[in-house]
Amino acid sequence: MIARGIPDAQVEVRDYTGGGDHFEALVVSPSFEGKGLIERHQLVYQALGDAMRVQVHALTLKTLTPAQYQNRR
Amino acid sequence: MADIIEQIESAVKNNKVMIFMKGNRNFPQCGFSAATIAIFEQLGVPYETADVLSDPELRDGIKRYSNWPTIPQVYIDGKFVGGCDIIREMHETGELEPLVKAALAEPARPQ
Repeated sequence: MIARGIPDAQVEVRDYTGGGDHFEALVVSPSFEGKGLIERHQLVYQALGDAMRVQVHALTLKTLTPAQYQNRR
Repeated sequence: MADIIEQIESAVKNNKVMIFMKGNRNFPQCGFSAATIAIFEQLGVPYETADVLSDPELRDGIKRYSNWPTIPQVYIDGKFVGGCDIIREMHETGELEPLVKAALAEPARPQ
């Protein structure tokens, strides 16, 4: 769902309770370049749209540019 | 509806660190709110909180005011800084403390 809203994004999602409503996502996208954390998270929330309000209770987000992701390895 | 927005605006303007959360500082009702409070406690800075669970209008209003779908939400010096993940990340990178200290060092803004 995130990948649909941010087409160039690499997304890793983990359902950490197994209940389908608590998620942890790592999103790596060149579109985050030059954006602050607020704007990055807002892009992800936008991509999730209504699901964010209805389905998802908790989402832990980490948003990185490809360069930042490389540095973490 | 205009009232709640005014109420939010006055809360973020009158408090250098304003946290909209679930529950209160002594009894947070959500792990993310608790984690956020813990960071500000660790910094040892004064902050104000508002409980969105006790006020559905506030809960809805703050999400629209910030264009942000989740709680908690942290405002520093009248500006939206982020939710739990962003605060945690800024705390880890050491960005949070100087931002808070700078806000607290400034005199209160004239209303």
